[in-house]
Amino acid sequence: MDNLPPTPDRSNADTVVELHDAVAVLGQFPALAGASVTVRRGEIVLLRGPNGAGKTTLLRLCAGLVPLVRGSGHILGLNLATQRDSVRQNVGLLGHQNGLYFDLTVGENIEFWGSTVGATEAEINAAMERLGVAERLSDLSVRKLSAGQKRRTALACLVVRRAQLWLLDEPHAGLDAVARDELDVTLREAAASGATIIVASHELERAGSLSTRAVDVVAGQIHGGQL
Amino acid sequence: MSSWRIARIVAAKDLRIEVHSRVLTNQVLPFAGVTMVIFAFALDADSVLERVAPGLIWLATMFSLLVLVQRSFAIETDDGALDAMRVAGLDPRAIYLGKAMALAVELLVLEVVLLFTAIILYRQTIPLNGVVLLVTTLLTATCGLAAVGTLYGGLASGFKGRETLLPLLTLPAVAPVLIGATRAVESALGTAGAVVSDGWSWVGLLAVFAVTFGVGGSLAFGPLIDE
Repeated sequence: MDNLPPTPDRSNADTVVELHDAVAVLGQFPALAGASVTVRRGEIVLLRGPNGAGKTTLLRLCAGLVPLVRGSGHILGLNLATQRDSVRQNVGLLGHQNGLYFDLTVGENIEFWGSTVGATEAEINAAMERLGVAERLSDLSVRKLSAGQKRRTALACLVVRRAQLWLLDEPHAGLDAVARDELDVTLREAAASGATIIVASHELERAGSLSTRAVDVVAGQIHGGQL
Repeated sequence: MSSWRIARIVAAKDLRIEVHSRVLTNQVLPFAGVTMVIFAFALDADSVLERVAPGLIWLATMFSLLVLVQRSFAIETDDGALDAMRVAGLDPRAIYLGKAMALAVELLVLEVVLLFTAIILYRQTIPLNGVVLLVTTLLTATCGLAAVGTLYGGLASGFKGRETLLPLLTLPAVAPVLIGATRAVESALGTAGAVVSDGWSWVGLLAVFAVTFGVGGSLAFGPLIDE
């Protein structure tokens, strides 16, 4: 825990995610059809479900990227319908893409995302060391990295942004066994320091041992989402 | 963090990517140079070239603008970085301003090179009393082009077929800059008997254009890049 920048407490809300009958559409298709879920601070929640069940849409809804069409939703006490910009400032999303700049080095990418939240050099270095992308990898162009190294760099960017709610879509994808273990340690530390984490994953055994609770997403609805 | 600071961070990031990738120096400048040479071949008569040189400078600038804008947004969409900036809650106005600033710097470099190319290829001379008008024209036209290019680049980045959509959107919109900047540079260079005093009204038009698109673009950019 020494290396991980603390998650700043920007909200007193104990309930971090609260969705009631939330509906979100992709084009004309209702990707979420009346989803209800509650997530408390410090939880690591695993989203299970088949492809196309609505897991990614749920994460994007919580990130403020997909509009809430019907129902109600609050993230850290902020209304998803009316305060999406404020929601975004407190949320970190790692989706299928990594959000990196290929022509910058690993260090420059992390420095860029850190500078957008005023992170200090010590915090940036700590995030890089935590994800194992300091030293040798730091000066390497992202274009030259393996898929796993890119994923680790993206996670370091997430760590340095100090988001309160982490939304991770298949975070273990492309990582080798050592990197997966390191990622799990990082996520547990983040949760212990106050972050709340929602993970969508098909690797149920690994993600299941990591999570404090699992919910099932089936055909745009959530089973077991309420505490 | 203030929007101005975010804008500077985004601009510095874009320019750093350019320094690493050298797209401007290795691709755009040669492209613009070849365009100028081809114009010289097509309009072989010296008297015609001297008459139309200011217009050719700006035509080459417009074509090169399209390449620069494509590149500016390709780096954002290659790995979902624009999405990541949205999720991070960065002020869209700051993103717009930062990207426009970086684009303006690149355009200025391009224009200066094209001006010197015109002096060599098209036998242009810059009278001393036209220097201030010339510099002012370059600056105001560049601001206008950067404002339009960034706005439409952001809009097109969300669409399939953006490579063909961008020229369709941008070229008609920058027509006033092409006309105004050509007339102002003609006045600055004394082309075909034009006098310096005639050019300032065109600079006024360029300034109005830059302010209009700068303000409009900063307001529209957020909704345009959103879902």
